[in-house]
Amino acid sequence: MRMISRFIRLIVLVCAWWSAAALAQQSHIGKLVGNAKPGKALYIRYCIFCHGPQGDGRGESAPYLDPKPRDFTKAVFKCRSTPSGTLPLDSDLYNTISRGVHASGMPSWKPLLPQERANLVAYVKTFSPAFQEEQPGTPVATPAEPPSSAESIKRGAALFQSMNCWSCHGKDGRGHGPSAASLTDDRGYPIVPFDFTSGRQFKCGDSDQDMFRVLVTGLDGTPMPSFASAMTADQRWDVVHYIRTLNNPKQHEVQNAANAQ
Amino acid sequence: MGFAMKNSILALIVPVAWFAALLSYGVSPGSAPPADAPASVSGEVKFEGTPPKPSRIDMSADPFCVKAHPTPATTEEVDVGGNGGLANVVIYVSEGLGTQTFPPPDRPAVFEQKGCQYKPHVLAMQAHQKLDVVNSDETTHNIHPTPSNNREWNMTQPHGVPLEQTFAREEVAIPVKCNVHPWMKGYIAVFKHPFFAVTDKNGSFELKDLAPGTYTITAWQEKLGTQNQKVTVGASEKKTLSFTFKQ
Repeated sequence: MRMISRFIRLIVLVCAWWSAAALAQQSHIGKLVGNAKPGKALYIRYCIFCHGPQGDGRGESAPYLDPKPRDFTKAVFKCRSTPSGTLPLDSDLYNTISRGVHASGMPSWKPLLPQERANLVAYVKTFSPAFQEEQPGTPVATPAEPPSSAESIKRGAALFQSMNCWSCHGKDGRGHGPSAASLTDDRGYPIVPFDFTSGRQFKCGDSDQDMFRVLVTGLDGTPMPSFASAMTADQRWDVVHYIRTLNNPKQHEVQNAANAQ
Repeated sequence: MGFAMKNSILALIVPVAWFAALLSYGVSPGSAPPADAPASVSGEVKFEGTPPKPSRIDMSADPFCVKAHPTPATTEEVDVGGNGGLANVVIYVSEGLGTQTFPPPDRPAVFEQKGCQYKPHVLAMQAHQKLDVVNSDETTHNIHPTPSNNREWNMTQPHGVPLEQTFAREEVAIPVKCNVHPWMKGYIAVFKHPFFAVTDKNGSFELKDLAPGTYTITAWQEKLGTQNQKVTVGASEKKTLSFTFKQ
Protein backbone atom coordinates (compact mmCIF):
# COMPACT_ATOMS: atom_id res chain seq x y z
CA MET A 1 0.00 0.00 0.00
CA ARG A 2 2.76 2.34 1.00
CA MET A 3 4.65 1.50 -2.19
CA ILE A 4 1.58 2.33 -4.24
CA SER A 5 1.05 5.68 -2.53
CA ARG A 6 4.70 6.53 -3.09
CA PHE A 7 4.37 5.58 -6.73
CA ILE A 8 1.30 7.78 -7.14
CA ARG A 9 3.11 10.61 -5.46
CA LEU A 10 6.00 10.26 -7.89
CA ILE A 11 3.66 10.20 -10.89
CA VAL A 12 1.86 13.29 -9.62
CA LEU A 13 5.15 15.11 -9.14
CA VAL A 14 6.41 14.16 -12.59
CA CYS A 15 3.07 15.30 -14.07
CA ALA A 16 3.28 18.63 -12.25
CA TRP A 17 6.86 19.18 -13.36
CA TRP A 18 6.12 18.18 -16.94
CA SER A 19 3.01 20.35 -17.21
CA ALA A 20 4.80 23.34 -15.67
CA ALA A 21 7.73 22.89 -18.03
CA ALA A 22 5.37 22.59 -21.00
CA LEU A 23 3.40 25.67 -19.99
CA ALA A 24 6.56 27.69 -19.46
CA GLN A 25 7.34 27.12 -23.13
CA GLN A 26 3.99 28.49 -24.24
CA SER A 27 2.15 31.77 -24.53
CA HIS A 28 -1.61 32.29 -24.61
CA ILE A 29 -3.06 35.37 -26.27
CA GLY A 30 -6.81 34.97 -26.70
CA LYS A 31 -7.16 31.85 -28.82
CA LEU A 32 -3.56 32.01 -30.02
CA VAL A 33 -1.09 29.57 -28.49
CA GLY A 34 2.54 30.50 -29.05
CA ASN A 35 5.43 28.06 -28.73
CA ALA A 36 8.97 28.85 -27.70
CA LYS A 37 10.70 26.57 -30.17
CA PRO A 38 9.59 28.31 -33.39
CA GLY A 39 9.80 31.55 -31.39
CA LYS A 40 13.53 31.00 -30.90
CA ALA A 41 14.11 30.82 -34.66
CA LEU A 42 12.25 34.10 -35.13
CA TYR A 43 14.15 35.68 -32.22
CA ILE A 44 17.49 34.75 -33.78
CA ARG A 45 16.38 36.30 -37.05
CA TYR A 46 14.74 39.52 -35.82
CA CYS A 47 15.51 40.32 -32.17
CA ILE A 48 18.98 39.05 -31.32
CA PHE A 49 20.89 42.09 -32.65
CA CYS A 50 19.49 44.33 -29.93
CA HIS A 51 18.26 42.00 -27.18
CA GLY A 52 21.26 39.64 -27.45
CA PRO A 53 21.62 35.84 -27.52
CA GLN A 54 21.09 35.64 -23.74
CA GLY A 55 18.08 37.97 -23.83
CA ASP A 56 19.88 40.36 -21.49
CA GLY A 57 19.60 43.38 -23.79
CA ARG A 58 23.30 43.27 -24.66
CA GLY A 59 23.07 42.55 -28.36
CA GLU A 60 25.61 43.90 -30.84
CA SER A 61 23.51 47.00 -31.59
CA ALA A 62 22.78 47.78 -27.96
CA PRO A 63 25.66 50.25 -27.44
CA TYR A 64 24.19 52.46 -30.18
CA LEU A 65 20.69 52.56 -28.72
CA ASP A 66 19.07 54.87 -26.17
CA PRO A 67 16.96 53.81 -24.36
CA LYS A 68 18.69 50.43 -24.06
CA PRO A 69 17.00 47.22 -25.27
CA ARG A 70 14.95 45.42 -22.60
CA ASP A 71 16.79 42.87 -20.43
CA PHE A 72 14.40 39.90 -20.48
CA THR A 73 16.33 38.05 -17.75
CA LYS A 74 14.98 40.49 -15.14
CA ALA A 75 11.35 40.06 -16.29
CA VAL A 76 10.66 43.74 -15.56
CA PHE A 77 8.44 45.31 -18.25
CA LYS A 78 7.21 48.86 -18.77
CA CYS A 79 3.98 48.21 -20.66
CA ARG A 80 1.68 45.99 -18.61
CA SER A 81 -1.96 45.68 -17.71
CA THR A 82 -0.90 44.27 -14.31
CA PRO A 83 0.01 46.11 -11.05
CA SER A 84 3.50 47.50 -10.36
CA GLY A 85 5.86 44.74 -9.23
CA THR A 86 4.03 41.91 -10.99
CA LEU A 87 4.65 39.97 -14.19
CA PRO A 88 2.85 41.06 -17.37
CA LEU A 89 0.19 39.02 -19.14
CA ASP A 90 1.22 37.24 -22.35
CA SER A 91 -1.10 39.64 -24.17
CA ASP A 92 0.84 42.63 -22.75
CA LEU A 93 4.08 41.34 -24.30
CA TYR A 94 2.22 40.53 -27.51
CA ASN A 95 0.82 44.08 -27.65
CA THR A 96 4.28 45.60 -27.13
CA ILE A 97 5.77 43.46 -29.91
CA SER A 98 2.87 44.42 -32.19
CA ARG A 99 2.77 48.12 -31.34
CA GLY A 100 6.50 48.75 -30.96
CA VAL A 101 7.77 51.29 -28.44
CA HIS A 102 7.75 54.91 -29.61
CA ALA A 103 10.80 57.07 -28.95
CA SER A 104 12.97 53.95 -28.75
CA GLY A 105 14.70 51.54 -31.14
CA MET A 106 11.83 49.04 -30.89
CA PRO A 107 9.76 49.00 -34.09
CA SER A 108 6.29 47.57 -34.61
CA TRP A 109 6.43 43.89 -35.57
CA LYS A 110 2.99 43.85 -37.17
CA PRO A 111 4.58 42.61 -40.42
CA LEU A 112 5.01 39.26 -38.61
CA LEU A 113 1.97 36.98 -38.46
CA PRO A 114 0.00 36.96 -35.18
CA GLN A 115 1.10 33.34 -34.67
CA GLU A 116 4.74 34.35 -35.09
CA ARG A 117 4.38 37.18 -32.56
CA ALA A 118 2.77 34.73 -30.12
CA ASN A 119 5.72 32.35 -30.61
CA LEU A 120 8.11 35.22 -29.84
CA VAL A 121 6.25 35.94 -26.59
CA ALA A 122 6.65 32.28 -25.59
CA TYR A 123 10.40 32.41 -26.27
CA VAL A 124 11.00 35.78 -24.56
CA LYS A 125 9.43 34.33 -21.39
CA THR A 126 12.04 31.54 -21.27
CA PHE A 127 14.86 34.04 -20.50
CA SER A 128 13.70 34.53 -16.90
CA PRO A 129 12.80 31.86 -14.33
CA ALA A 130 10.23 34.34 -12.95
CA PHE A 131 7.65 33.17 -15.49
CA GLN A 132 7.90 29.65 -14.09
CA GLU A 133 8.00 30.69 -10.43
CA GLU A 134 5.34 33.40 -10.33
CA GLN A 135 1.92 34.15 -11.77
CA PRO A 136 1.22 37.40 -13.67
CA GLY A 137 -0.62 40.07 -11.67
CA THR A 138 -4.39 40.55 -11.88
CA PRO A 139 -5.10 42.96 -14.75
CA VAL A 140 -6.19 46.41 -13.60
CA ALA A 141 -9.70 47.65 -14.41
CA THR A 142 -10.26 50.50 -16.85
CA PRO A 143 -13.75 51.91 -16.19
CA ALA A 144 -15.68 53.83 -18.86
CA GLU A 145 -14.21 57.23 -19.59
CA PRO A 146 -16.34 60.21 -18.59
CA PRO A 147 -16.38 62.99 -21.22
CA SER A 148 -13.67 65.62 -20.91
CA SER A 149 -14.83 69.01 -19.70
CA ALA A 150 -13.40 72.30 -18.51
CA GLU A 151 -14.07 71.18 -14.91
CA SER A 152 -12.38 67.82 -15.40
CA ILE A 153 -9.34 69.51 -16.98
CA LYS A 154 -9.17 71.99 -14.13
CA ARG A 155 -9.26 69.18 -11.56
CA GLY A 156 -6.60 67.31 -13.55
CA ALA A 157 -4.36 70.40 -13.53
CA ALA A 158 -4.67 70.59 -9.73
CA LEU A 159 -3.82 66.88 -9.39
CA PHE A 160 -0.81 67.33 -11.70
CA GLN A 161 0.50 69.73 -9.02
CA SER A 162 -0.57 67.91 -5.83
CA MET A 163 0.60 64.47 -7.04
CA ASN A 164 4.02 66.04 -7.81
CA CYS A 165 3.84 65.00 -11.49
CA TRP A 166 5.52 68.35 -12.16
CA SER A 167 8.63 67.36 -10.17
CA CYS A 168 9.73 65.34 -13.20
CA HIS A 169 7.42 66.40 -16.06
CA GLY A 170 7.71 70.12 -15.26
CA LYS A 171 5.03 72.67 -14.33
CA ASP A 172 4.28 73.12 -18.05
CA GLY A 173 4.61 69.41 -18.92
CA ARG A 174 7.78 69.83 -20.97
CA GLY A 175 9.66 67.18 -19.02
CA HIS A 176 12.14 69.45 -17.28
CA GLY A 177 10.94 69.50 -13.67
CA PRO A 178 13.41 69.98 -10.81
CA SER A 179 14.00 66.22 -10.40
CA ALA A 180 14.28 65.46 -14.13
CA ALA A 181 18.08 65.65 -14.27
CA SER A 182 18.46 63.06 -11.49
CA LEU A 183 16.40 60.30 -13.09
CA THR A 184 17.83 56.94 -14.09
CA ASP A 185 16.30 53.65 -15.18
CA ASP A 186 16.82 50.42 -13.22
CA ARG A 187 20.17 49.87 -14.93
CA GLY A 188 21.46 53.29 -13.97
CA TYR A 189 21.17 54.90 -17.42
CA PRO A 190 19.83 58.47 -17.50
CA ILE A 191 16.17 58.61 -18.50
CA VAL A 192 14.19 61.62 -19.65
CA PRO A 193 10.62 62.32 -18.41
CA PHE A 194 8.02 62.48 -21.18
CA ASP A 195 7.49 65.90 -22.77
CA PHE A 196 3.68 66.15 -23.01
CA THR A 197 3.92 69.15 -25.35
CA SER A 198 5.99 67.25 -27.93
CA GLY A 199 3.10 65.54 -29.69
CA ARG A 200 5.05 62.27 -29.64
CA GLN A 201 3.15 59.06 -29.14
CA PHE A 202 3.23 57.45 -25.71
CA LYS A 203 5.36 54.33 -25.25
CA CYS A 204 2.58 52.01 -24.09
CA GLY A 205 -0.14 53.10 -26.50
CA ASP A 206 -1.72 56.41 -27.34
CA SER A 207 -5.39 56.08 -26.42
CA ASP A 208 -6.91 57.67 -23.32
CA GLN A 209 -7.38 54.12 -22.00
CA ASP A 210 -3.66 53.45 -22.45
CA MET A 211 -2.79 56.63 -20.53
CA PHE A 212 -5.24 55.71 -17.76
CA ARG A 213 -3.70 52.24 -17.51
CA VAL A 214 -0.15 53.61 -17.22
CA LEU A 215 -1.31 55.84 -14.33
CA VAL A 216 -2.47 52.67 -12.52
CA THR A 217 0.43 50.34 -13.37
CA GLY A 218 3.35 52.76 -13.59
CA LEU A 219 6.24 51.94 -15.94
CA ASP A 220 8.29 49.35 -14.03
CA GLY A 221 12.04 49.71 -14.43
CA THR A 222 11.68 53.51 -14.80
CA PRO A 223 11.04 56.33 -12.31
CA MET A 224 7.37 56.53 -13.40
CA PRO A 225 5.40 55.22 -10.39
CA SER A 226 2.01 53.60 -10.07
CA PHE A 227 -0.82 55.83 -8.83
CA ALA A 228 -3.00 52.81 -7.99
CA SER A 229 -3.65 53.79 -4.38
CA ALA A 230 -2.90 57.48 -4.84
CA MET A 231 -5.85 58.49 -7.05
CA THR A 232 -9.42 57.37 -7.70
CA ALA A 233 -10.48 56.32 -11.20
CA ASP A 234 -12.26 59.66 -11.73
CA GLN A 235 -9.14 61.54 -10.68
CA ARG A 236 -7.03 59.53 -13.15
CA TRP A 237 -9.44 60.44 -15.96
CA ASP A 238 -9.10 64.10 -14.91
CA VAL A 239 -5.30 63.82 -15.20
CA VAL A 240 -5.64 62.16 -18.63
CA HIS A 241 -7.93 64.99 -19.80
CA TYR A 242 -5.49 67.61 -18.49
CA ILE A 243 -2.42 65.98 -20.11
CA ARG A 244 -4.29 65.94 -23.44
CA THR A 245 -4.54 69.74 -23.29
CA LEU A 246 -0.79 70.19 -22.99
CA ASN A 247 -0.36 69.37 -26.66
CA ASN A 248 -3.52 71.02 -27.96
CA PRO A 249 -3.61 74.82 -28.17
CA LYS A 250 -7.39 74.81 -28.52
CA GLN A 251 -7.77 72.87 -25.29
CA HIS A 252 -5.38 75.34 -23.67
CA GLU A 253 -7.97 78.03 -24.37
CA VAL A 254 -10.64 75.90 -22.69
CA GLN A 255 -8.37 75.50 -19.72
CA ASN A 256 -7.54 79.18 -19.55
CA ALA A 257 -11.24 80.00 -19.74
CA ALA A 258 -11.85 77.55 -16.88
CA ASN A 259 -9.06 79.12 -14.83
CA ALA A 260 -10.43 82.61 -15.46
CA GLN A 261 -13.83 81.71 -14.03
CA MET B 1 -7.21 14.32 -30.56
CA GLY B 2 -7.91 17.89 -31.66
CA PHE B 3 -5.58 20.69 -30.72
CA ALA B 4 -8.24 22.51 -28.71
CA MET B 5 -9.11 19.27 -26.91
CA LYS B 6 -5.47 18.70 -26.03
CA ASN B 7 -5.28 22.19 -24.63
CA SER B 8 -8.35 21.88 -22.49
CA ILE B 9 -7.06 18.60 -21.05
CA LEU B 10 -3.74 20.27 -20.30
CA ALA B 11 -5.58 23.15 -18.64
CA LEU B 12 -7.37 20.62 -16.43
CA ILE B 13 -4.29 18.55 -15.57
CA VAL B 14 -2.06 21.45 -14.64
CA PRO B 15 -3.95 22.87 -11.65
CA VAL B 16 -4.97 19.42 -10.41
CA ALA B 17 -1.42 18.12 -10.63
CA TRP B 18 -0.01 21.15 -8.84
CA PHE B 19 -2.59 20.93 -6.11
CA ALA B 20 -1.89 17.24 -5.63
CA ALA B 21 1.84 17.89 -5.53
CA LEU B 22 1.40 20.54 -2.86
CA LEU B 23 -0.85 18.28 -0.80
CA SER B 24 1.42 15.29 -1.03
CA TYR B 25 4.47 17.21 0.09
CA GLY B 26 2.63 19.58 2.38
CA VAL B 27 3.22 23.30 2.61
CA SER B 28 4.84 23.42 5.99
CA PRO B 29 4.81 26.80 7.71
CA GLY B 30 8.32 26.04 8.93
CA SER B 31 9.60 24.28 11.98
CA ALA B 32 9.83 26.47 15.08
CA PRO B 33 13.29 27.33 16.38
CA PRO B 34 14.31 25.24 19.41
CA ALA B 35 12.75 26.95 22.40
CA ASP B 36 15.02 25.38 25.00
CA ALA B 37 17.67 27.61 26.49
CA PRO B 38 18.12 30.21 23.77
CA ALA B 39 21.43 32.05 23.53
CA SER B 40 22.05 35.62 22.47
CA VAL B 41 24.80 37.62 20.80
CA SER B 42 25.05 41.32 21.52
CA GLY B 43 27.69 43.95 21.03
CA GLU B 44 28.74 47.20 19.45
CA VAL B 45 29.82 48.51 16.08
CA LYS B 46 32.45 51.25 16.21
CA PHE B 47 33.81 53.66 13.65
CA GLU B 48 37.58 54.16 13.83
CA GLY B 49 39.18 57.42 12.77
CA THR B 50 37.67 60.77 11.88
CA PRO B 51 34.09 60.30 10.75
CA PRO B 52 33.18 61.95 7.43
CA LYS B 53 31.23 65.15 7.93
CA PRO B 54 27.59 64.75 6.90
CA SER B 55 26.77 67.07 4.04
CA ARG B 56 23.78 69.38 3.91
CA ILE B 57 20.85 68.26 1.75
CA ASP B 58 19.39 70.81 -0.66
CA MET B 59 15.62 70.27 -0.47
CA SER B 60 14.69 73.50 -2.23
CA ALA B 61 12.90 71.61 -5.04
CA ASP B 62 9.95 71.06 -2.68
CA PRO B 63 8.98 73.92 -0.33
CA PHE B 64 7.28 71.48 2.07
CA CYS B 65 10.54 69.58 2.63
CA VAL B 66 12.42 72.82 3.35
CA LYS B 67 9.75 73.86 5.86
CA ALA B 68 10.00 70.48 7.63
CA HIS B 69 13.60 71.21 8.66
CA PRO B 70 14.20 74.40 10.67
CA THR B 71 17.89 73.43 10.57
CA PRO B 72 18.83 71.92 7.19
CA ALA B 73 18.81 68.10 7.01
CA THR B 74 22.09 66.26 6.49
CA THR B 75 23.09 62.99 4.82
CA GLU B 76 22.92 59.77 6.86
CA GLU B 77 25.36 57.54 4.94
CA VAL B 78 27.89 57.17 7.77
CA ASP B 79 26.12 57.96 11.04
CA VAL B 80 28.64 58.07 13.90
CA GLY B 81 27.45 58.83 17.44
CA GLY B 82 29.30 60.77 20.15
CA ASN B 83 30.95 57.62 21.55
CA GLY B 84 32.19 56.47 18.15
CA GLY B 85 29.29 54.02 17.77
CA LEU B 86 28.16 53.45 14.19
CA ALA B 87 24.38 53.53 13.64
CA ASN B 88 22.35 51.90 10.87
CA VAL B 89 24.56 48.83 10.52
CA VAL B 90 22.65 45.63 9.80
CA ILE B 91 23.86 42.70 11.93
CA TYR B 92 22.60 39.26 10.95
CA VAL B 93 23.21 35.53 10.96
CA SER B 94 24.50 34.67 7.50
CA GLU B 95 25.48 31.02 8.14
CA GLY B 96 24.71 28.30 10.66
CA LEU B 97 20.93 27.99 10.53
CA GLY B 98 21.01 25.04 8.14
CA THR B 99 17.78 24.33 6.33
CA GLN B 100 15.47 25.57 9.09
CA THR B 101 12.59 27.75 7.96
CA PHE B 102 10.97 30.51 9.98
CA PRO B 103 7.47 31.92 9.51
CA PRO B 104 7.29 35.73 9.19
CA PRO B 105 6.07 37.64 12.28
CA ASP B 106 2.48 38.92 12.36
CA ARG B 107 3.44 42.49 13.19
CA PRO B 108 4.24 44.63 10.17
CA ALA B 109 7.58 46.33 9.52
CA VAL B 110 7.10 50.09 9.23
CA PHE B 111 8.98 52.37 6.83
CA GLU B 112 8.07 56.03 7.20
CA GLN B 113 8.63 59.04 4.99
CA LYS B 114 9.05 61.99 7.34
CA GLY B 115 10.61 65.36 6.62
CA CYS B 116 11.40 64.01 3.14
CA GLN B 117 13.74 61.41 4.63
CA TYR B 118 13.24 57.73 5.47
CA LYS B 119 12.62 56.68 9.07
CA PRO B 120 14.39 54.44 9.78
CA HIS B 121 17.15 55.12 7.27
CA VAL B 122 17.89 51.36 7.29
CA LEU B 123 15.08 48.89 7.95
CA ALA B 124 15.48 45.14 8.46
CA MET B 125 12.53 42.78 8.02
CA GLN B 126 11.70 39.18 7.25
CA ALA B 127 10.67 37.92 3.80
CA HIS B 128 6.87 37.79 3.42
CA GLN B 129 6.47 40.03 6.48
CA LYS B 130 3.94 42.81 5.88
CA LEU B 131 5.59 46.14 5.10
CA ASP B 132 3.56 49.23 6.03
CA VAL B 133 4.78 52.26 4.11
CA VAL B 134 3.72 55.49 5.81
CA ASN B 135 3.79 59.00 4.39
CA SER B 136 3.66 61.52 7.25
CA ASP B 137 4.63 64.40 4.95
CA GLU B 138 2.20 66.92 3.49
CA THR B 139 3.65 66.24 0.07
CA THR B 140 3.41 63.34 -2.37
CA HIS B 141 6.23 60.80 -2.46
CA ASN B 142 6.88 57.79 -4.65
CA ILE B 143 8.50 54.86 -2.93
CA HIS B 144 10.72 52.96 -5.34
CA PRO B 145 12.80 50.00 -4.12
CA THR B 146 15.37 48.83 -6.69
CA PRO B 147 16.04 45.20 -5.70
CA SER B 148 18.22 42.68 -7.51
CA ASN B 149 16.67 39.52 -6.02
CA ASN B 150 13.04 40.67 -5.58
CA ARG B 151 10.36 42.17 -7.80
CA GLU B 152 10.77 45.89 -8.35
CA TRP B 153 7.73 48.09 -7.59
CA ASN B 154 7.21 51.81 -7.60
CA MET B 155 4.19 53.38 -5.90
CA THR B 156 3.06 56.97 -5.52
CA GLN B 157 1.91 57.77 -1.98
CA PRO B 158 0.18 61.05 -1.11
CA HIS B 159 -0.03 62.15 2.55
CA GLY B 160 -1.93 59.77 4.81
CA VAL B 161 -2.81 57.16 2.15
CA PRO B 162 -1.98 53.66 3.47
CA LEU B 163 0.30 51.42 1.41
CA GLU B 164 1.04 47.77 2.11
CA GLN B 165 3.73 45.77 0.32
CA THR B 166 6.12 42.91 0.96
CA PHE B 167 9.28 41.23 -0.37
CA ALA B 168 9.43 37.53 -1.13
CA ARG B 169 13.16 36.79 -1.03
CA GLU B 170 16.23 37.44 1.12
CA GLU B 171 18.28 40.45 0.00
CA VAL B 172 20.85 42.61 1.85
CA ALA B 173 20.01 45.33 1.21
CA ILE B 174 17.49 46.78 -1.23
CA PRO B 175 18.16 50.46 -2.04
CA VAL B 176 15.01 52.57 -1.79
CA LYS B 177 14.55 55.92 -3.50
CA CYS B 178 11.98 58.59 -4.21
CA ASN B 179 12.17 59.88 -7.77
CA VAL B 180 10.26 63.04 -6.85
CA HIS B 181 12.84 63.92 -4.17
CA PRO B 182 16.14 62.53 -5.49
CA TRP B 183 18.04 63.09 -2.22
CA MET B 184 15.87 60.52 -0.43
CA LYS B 185 17.82 57.30 0.07
CA GLY B 186 17.18 54.37 2.36
CA TYR B 187 17.70 50.62 2.56
CA ILE B 188 15.52 47.64 3.38
CA ALA B 189 17.33 44.41 4.35
CA VAL B 190 15.20 41.27 3.92
CA PHE B 191 15.95 37.97 5.68
CA LYS B 192 14.46 34.49 5.60
CA HIS B 193 14.97 34.19 9.38
CA PRO B 194 14.40 36.46 12.41
CA PHE B 195 18.04 36.71 13.56
CA PHE B 196 18.91 40.27 12.54
CA ALA B 197 19.22 43.72 14.09
CA VAL B 198 20.04 47.28 13.06
CA THR B 199 22.48 49.17 15.30
CA ASP B 200 21.06 52.10 17.27
CA LYS B 201 22.69 55.52 17.57
CA ASN B 202 25.27 54.10 20.02
CA GLY B 203 26.17 51.31 17.60
CA SER B 204 24.61 48.64 19.88
CA PHE B 205 22.82 45.52 18.71
CA GLU B 206 21.42 42.27 20.09
CA LEU B 207 20.51 39.01 18.33
CA LYS B 208 18.12 37.09 20.58
CA ASP B 209 16.69 33.57 20.79
CA LEU B 210 19.50 31.76 19.01
CA ALA B 211 19.68 28.00 19.38
CA PRO B 212 23.06 26.73 20.64
CA GLY B 213 25.44 26.37 17.71
CA THR B 214 28.13 27.96 15.57
CA TYR B 215 27.13 30.93 13.44
CA THR B 216 28.65 33.42 11.05
CA ILE B 217 27.55 36.91 12.04
CA THR B 218 27.74 39.53 9.30
CA ALA B 219 27.76 43.31 9.68
CA TRP B 220 26.60 45.31 6.63
CA GLN B 221 27.04 49.04 6.21
CA GLU B 222 25.79 50.84 3.10
CA LYS B 223 29.08 52.64 2.32
CA LEU B 224 31.69 50.69 4.31
CA GLY B 225 30.84 47.17 3.14
CA THR B 226 30.52 43.92 5.11
CA GLN B 227 32.48 42.11 7.83
CA ASN B 228 32.09 38.55 9.13
CA GLN B 229 32.81 36.92 12.46
CA LYS B 230 32.29 33.36 13.60
CA VAL B 231 30.74 32.78 16.99
CA THR B 232 29.82 29.64 18.94
CA VAL B 233 27.15 29.85 21.62
CA GLY B 234 26.11 27.21 24.13
CA ALA B 235 22.70 26.87 25.77
CA SER B 236 21.63 30.14 27.52
CA GLU B 237 25.00 31.66 26.75
CA LYS B 238 25.28 35.43 26.21
CA LYS B 239 28.20 36.26 23.93
CA THR B 240 29.43 39.70 23.01
CA LEU B 241 30.94 40.69 19.68
CA SER B 242 32.38 43.92 18.41
CA PHE B 243 32.89 45.16 14.88
CA THR B 244 35.05 48.09 13.80
CA PHE B 245 34.68 49.89 10.49
CA LYS B 246 37.05 52.48 9.10
CA GLN B 247 37.07 54.49 5.94
